[in-house]
Formats: sequence, structure tokens, C-alpha cells
Amino acid sequence: MIFKSIIGRDILVAVRRRADVGTALLFFVIVASLFPLGVGAEPELLRMIAPGVIWVAALLSCLLSLPRLFEGDHADGTLEQMLLGSAPLGVVVGAKTLAHWIVAGLPLVLIAPLLALQYDMDEALYPVLILSLLLGTPVLSAIGAIGAALTLGLRGGGVLLALLVLPLYAPVLILGAGAVAAADAGIDPAAQLLLLGALLVLAGAFAPWAGAAALRISIE
Amino acid sequence: MKWFWYASPQTFYPLAGTVARICAVLAVALTLAGLYVGFFVAPTDATQGEAYRIIYLHVPAAWMSMFLYVVMALWAAAGLAFNTRLSFMMARALAPTGALFTFIALWTGSLWGRPTWGTYWVWDARLTSELILLFLYFGFIALQASIDDRRRADRAGALLAIVGVVNVPIIYFSVKWWNTLHQGASVSLTKAPSMAAAMLTGMLLMTFAFWAYAIAVTLARVRCEIREQG
Repeated sequence: MIFKSIIGRDILVAVRRRADVGTALLFFVIVASLFPLGVGAEPELLRMIAPGVIWVAALLSCLLSLPRLFEGDHADGTLEQMLLGSAPLGVVVGAKTLAHWIVAGLPLVLIAPLLALQYDMDEALYPVLILSLLLGTPVLSAIGAIGAALTLGLRGGGVLLALLVLPLYAPVLILGAGAVAAADAGIDPAAQLLLLGALLVLAGAFAPWAGAAALRISIE
Repeated sequence: MKWFWYASPQTFYPLAGTVARICAVLAVALTLAGLYVGFFVAPTDATQGEAYRIIYLHVPAAWMSMFLYVVMALWAAAGLAFNTRLSFMMARALAPTGALFTFIALWTGSLWGRPTWGTYWVWDARLTSELILLFLYFGFIALQASIDDRRRADRAGALLAIVGVVNVPIIYFSVKWWNTLHQGASVSLTKAPSMAAAMLTGMLLMTFAFWAYAIAVTLARVRCEIREQG
């Protein structure tokens, strides 16, 4: 009930301020487009670094949109009402995390094939890339929510958030990019994808509660 | 036993002073003994020559770096559970020492890697996870430093430490899976160590020296914290 209504509300808020969503998405595309300028445009090289570049760009783009997760609600007092309300805070944080993923993570998944095309990735790898992003980006949102809650309202919060959250993103990056690289090398990527799924289950089960505890610490 | 007697900063302050002094003396004595055994008694390694001797700093530092993070998270958890100010002070005081040991492990590792692997840095599983551990320590320190409200800083840092300690094994195994060419562990608890007795003695002496150092420095820092907060 509350879960659905918060998701609906957060998506509505995001749709009303489309520019924010677009900026993070554009950032994703721009970062990925800069790499060929830096490392050179040999198709062989690009094909090799494509999974890593796309994944790192997705990581950074997700990071960029994280502060918005609680900031707006904190500024206008909605968040305090949510803390005081009868709904379990973990459920609220879970709903907001899912809404964040739908607004910031899902578009990345959908636009990733376009970047893969630019990098001349083998078309047979597209499903693996999409699946790995589909499993991995929600984990990024879930872990990121803890960091966003901890740094809520701090000066220099954005940079601090990066310092807190990026090391925790390492396993997702390794498994996500690894799945595509494995498939490229002709190895079954099931192992990486299954482990990503396991991370998703773990993060989905525990991260919202840790995020809720972090929110209570930040707003007292 | 009055377990919580020393949970109060006032009663803990003199005890911390005594223990810190004893541990400081122990640290110096054990370091001298350990370095003596390591550099003069232990035999030269058959394959790596004299270069291996950095093991007496490298391995204990690496152990301490990981161990201290767990200890820090335990104090942080105790602080959140019992709401004791002293626990948060301990967690806060442990972080710089842990970061220092992580840095020493990385530094000595790269110095060791140069003659044996031919390079200062390789993206090997243990090096990489140690590097990420260093980032985790920095994150903890930076988070606490950027929050002015003391209570919030303590609790936010504590939560971050707990989230970090849950993630450390995940990071370790994912990185290990990603790539590994590090030499296998030469000391393990389950099978007989594959090194000479003198080498092992030197390493254990250095490990205890690092323990004593960590305790002494942490307690000294806690005493400063207690004074600062009154």
C-alpha cells in the first residue's frame, strides 16, 4: 500500500522534473563517449573495454543521481513526516530505492545497447549486458541509499557520498562487467549473473533497513 | 565482574593510561626482538634471497589492517547497541591506526613486489582488496570528520563501519575471483606452516609488536577524546 503510493509519488515527482532524469542519463552517454577520445578508436580495443566502460559509466551516473533520493523530501519536511508515520521506515526506504532505480537505473539499462553499438560490441552479447545491468543497477541504488541517507544535509555531501559508496560498488562492477567479458570469451556467464542475483537478493533484503537506520541517525 | 564499570570514560581514563604505557613499552621491546630475529637469525629464503625479509613488516601489517577493521566495527556495533560513548570513541580512535596499517601493508607489498614480481603494483586480488579496504577506512574517517554534531558523527560512522564489515568478505571474494596471482598464504591455522621456525618466530614477534602498538596508540587517542569531550 504505502510501498506503491511512495513509488508512484516519487516517479510522479521525477516526471514533473524531467531535466534531472535526463541529466544523469546524458552524463552516462557522455562519459562513455569520452573513452574512445582518450584511448583511441581502434575497434579491437573498444570491443575489449566496452563492458567495463559501460559499467563504470553506469556506476558514476547512478552515483550522480543518488543525492536526490532523500534531498528534496528532506528540504520540504516530507521525510520527517515519513519518519513519524506508522509505516515501517525500511519499507519507505525500500520504496524510495525502487523508485530511484526506475527513474535513474532503468533508463541506463535501456540506453546501454546504444552505447554497446557505438563500441561495436558483438550483438550476441547484448542480452548478457542488459541482463547484468538489470540485475546490478538495483544493487547500486540499494547500497547507494544507505550512503545518501548517511550524508543527508552534509556540506560536500556529493563527494563524500562517492568516497563512501564507490568502494562498496566494486563487487557489482566486477561481476557485471565480468559477465559480459566472460560471454565475449565464449564462457557461460551464468556464474556471474547468478552471483549478481544473489547480491540483489541480499541488498534488497537488508539495505533498506540499514538505510532506515541511517535516516534515523541523520534526522534526530 | 562489573563489566560496565570501565564503560564510563571517567573510570576508563586512568586504566587506559596504564595499559597504553605498558603496551608502548611492549611494542618497542617486541619490535626490537622481532626485527633482530627477522634480520639476523632467520635464514635467507631459498628462492627470494634477502628481499623476502620485508615479510616481517608486510604480513603483520596486512593482518592488523583487516583485524582492526573488524574490531572497529565491533566497537561501533557495541556503541549502537548499548549507547555507550566510550565504544564510539574506541571505534573513532581505531580508524587512523587501521588505515596506517593498511597503507603500510600496501607500501611494503609494492616494495616486495618490485624484486620478486618485477613490478611495484599488480592488480592482484589481495592488493586490490587491501586498496579497497584503505578506501573504506578513508570513507569512515571522512564521514566522521564532515559531521559537526558529535552524536550524529559517531552513529553515522558506526553504521558505515557495520555496512563495510558486511561487505569486506563480498569484496574480497569477488576481487579474488576477478584475478589472482598472489602467492598462497604461507601461514595458516589448519596446516603446518611451510616456513622455517625462526622466520615464523620473527613474524609472530612482529605481529605481537603491532598488536601492542595498536593498543597503545588507540588508547592514547581515546584519552585525548575523553579530555576533549570532558
